[in-house]
Amino acid sequence: MTGAATQRAGGAMVEFDNVGLRYGPDGEILSDISFNLQPGSFYFLTGASGAGKTSLLKMLYLAQRPSRGIVRLFGEDLGSMPRHRLPGFRRRIGVVFQDFRLIPHLSARDNIALPLRIAGVSEEDLAGPVGEMLSWIGLDARAEARPATLSGGEQQRVAIARAVIARPQLLVADEPTGNVDPEMAMRLLGLFEALNRLGTTVVVATHDVHLISRIDNAQMMRLEKGRLSDPTGALRYPPNRA
Amino acid sequence: MIIPRVPVQHRRLLPEPRLSGPTPWVIAILMMLTLLAAGAGVGLARAAEAIGEAIAGRVTVQIVTPGPAARAEQAAELRRSAAGEPYVRAARQVGQDELLATLGQWLGSAGGDDPVLRSLPLPALVDIDLAAGDRAGQLARLKALVERIAPGARVIPHAEWLGPVARLIRSLAWIAGGLVLLMILASGAVVVMTARAALGTHYATIEMLHLIGATDRQIARLFQRRIAIDTAYGIALGTAVAAIVLLLVGWQWSRVTSGLAATASLGTGGWALLLALPLLAIALAALTARQTLLAALKKIL
Repeated sequence: MTGAATQRAGGAMVEFDNVGLRYGPDGEILSDISFNLQPGSFYFLTGASGAGKTSLLKMLYLAQRPSRGIVRLFGEDLGSMPRHRLPGFRRRIGVVFQDFRLIPHLSARDNIALPLRIAGVSEEDLAGPVGEMLSWIGLDARAEARPATLSGGEQQRVAIARAVIARPQLLVADEPTGNVDPEMAMRLLGLFEALNRLGTTVVVATHDVHLISRIDNAQMMRLEKGRLSDPTGALRYPPNRA
Repeated sequence: MIIPRVPVQHRRLLPEPRLSGPTPWVIAILMMLTLLAAGAGVGLARAAEAIGEAIAGRVTVQIVTPGPAARAEQAAELRRSAAGEPYVRAARQVGQDELLATLGQWLGSAGGDDPVLRSLPLPALVDIDLAAGDRAGQLARLKALVERIAPGARVIPHAEWLGPVARLIRSLAWIAGGLVLLMILASGAVVVMTARAALGTHYATIEMLHLIGATDRQIARLFQRRIAIDTAYGIALGTAVAAIVLLLVGWQWSRVTSGLAATASLGTGGWALLLALPLLAIALAALTARQTLLAALKKIL
């Protein structure tokens, strides 16, 4: 582990140590990635298109194993983790995709309820949280609407609700404001900030630098050509959020 | 469990209505052909067995001594003597009228009262059923007896001329069994392809379910249930059509009372096998689908 990573590893929710990722025989698209994410913090991951943001996020939400290096989530090494244990870890992570990835034939209510159903929560017990979530994102009236009949902003809010309804410890969002207008982008960011205040660690990948200044104490990571930089030094010396 | 229980809300994760694809129809055709082949196989196997039993110890002695009175006398003597031998189970002299009636069917003179037919120099026949035991030794002793009573008479073991027919029928039964096996394999292949196609079609949903923490078993159960139900519909349809065909053929067969055809039937065991095949097919389809799905899901992180 590198010096900085070692220094901050204690209590970290996520640790990347000298991680590399390649698809097929070509060169690495991510190289020498090392960082730690502290519980309850808010991170922005920036970089130009093609810099590797989505690939890095895939490793964060357990859709991809690293080609080399060590990725630890919640204190466990992803590289040596047996496959049958992954679902338990995934239930602790919420993911918001740029293209929403709602299940098209399910209503907004059923899409939001999905993580709870997968976790085995009874219909009786999930009705309340799903109703609250629909109110929180302002879509009570459209609860039974299919994604195709919702606007981009509404779909994104449903996707966010689905990502957070099971109260994940880590929320990962890939360009969550890429398909919405600036006003909706600010509203969505407000949702993330509210979740972060409740203790969820948030990682938002975006190339919109204006968003970054909107969140107090947010830390920034920058990817350039597959390598991570820390322009603000916040990763090496994170501010105390107490 | 053949068709896994899946909560209603989970079932909605797969959108298409049942019987939307070709799988149930292909399975129905394969199931129908499987049952027809199995029915044919069972019928032929039983026929071969019945023929085998019938011909195993049957011998006909053909007496061609000149003079009808001498032939009849030798035949009667042979019947009496043979019946007294310990290795003979039964001996019967074939009556002249019976011979004429049989020949009349072939020569176009019904009733056997044709004067031309009656003028033919027909041999005297004695049917002898040998008891169980050393066939070669029994035949040798019988031939010696025949030679003593009716020199020049021919001893014709039925196994010599009906044996090849029984072997042919037995071969056809094995071929039918092979066809059943091939069609079961083809049905399994259809299920495998259906499972893989379903995974491909719903890949985005599966990926999403994985990412929100669904286990392989949870996902496999969804697809296993759908495939098992679709397959069961196909099997039920194929079974119904095959049952109608088999009952029709059985009804027509029951009206054939002569010759080898009369030996063919399915029997209780045969019908039980035909009834068990569809249930086994559903279980096999569900198991195949489950294993295919779990193997495919393991390739996705």
